[in-house]
Amino acid sequence: MSTVPEQYAMTCNRRAFIKKSVALGGCSMIAAAGLLGSSETNAAWPAETGILQQTLKRLFKDQQIIASDKIDIQIAKIVGSGANVPITVTSTLNNVESIAILVEKNPIALAAKFDLTPTMEAWVSARLKIAESSTVMVIVETDAGFYSAAEKIIISPGNC
Amino acid sequence: MSSIKIRTKRTDGKMQLRMLIAHPMEHGRNRDSKTNALIPAHFIQKLTVKHNNTVIMSGNIGANIAKDPYFSFLLKGGDVGDKISISWLDNLGNRDSQEYIVK
Repeated sequence: MSTVPEQYAMTCNRRAFIKKSVALGGCSMIAAAGLLGSSETNAAWPAETGILQQTLKRLFKDQQIIASDKIDIQIAKIVGSGANVPITVTSTLNNVESIAILVEKNPIALAAKFDLTPTMEAWVSARLKIAESSTVMVIVETDAGFYSAAEKIIISPGNC
Repeated sequence: MSSIKIRTKRTDGKMQLRMLIAHPMEHGRNRDSKTNALIPAHFIQKLTVKHNNTVIMSGNIGANIAKDPYFSFLLKGGDVGDKISISWLDNLGNRDSQEYIVK
């Protein structure tokens, strides 16, 4: 007689123990997942503000970018100050969809990406900030693919 | 007063749109010359140009664009009386827009 309630009590305890442990485990798993999620989102920031290659990968995925001579970059080759450098990009490529301007050695490479509709000419002008002597890269997206051109800019303060 | 100045010029069936926006365009790495504290980033992120209420250019702008940014675009066609409207949105949520009737 006495064994049945004892067993019952035991199984009850075991059940309770298992229940509790599962619940705890679940909680800790959720907590771990939550923590992992937040650390992942934090880790995504440096990649987004990273160097040229990372920016290119983020913007254009793994698309092939072909160097083209049909993109014309008008920019001063040697400038005294990088605070305000005018740039004009023209392209004779057909069906231009967007023009992106990147400065290679700036901490955040991407300067601007202009999405143009077919009513616009492939012609964009802006003024850049360039931290140090570096390459300015222009990537033109057309319906046929991605094309790039680059220009080297030297920044030499006090140059008359 | 609006922070945006718009000018247009029509030549050979094309219209050049020029815009000058008053904005600090701080990238967040500059320091205050007196307190040596970092100046928080404050830059335009989105620029939209409309021609007669249809979007003709939408741009994602970064802090690599110089202070008081200047942009220029070339529109095919364009006539007297057309409406050009330009709006921007910065990383702090500020926004401004301006309309211009082509003369």
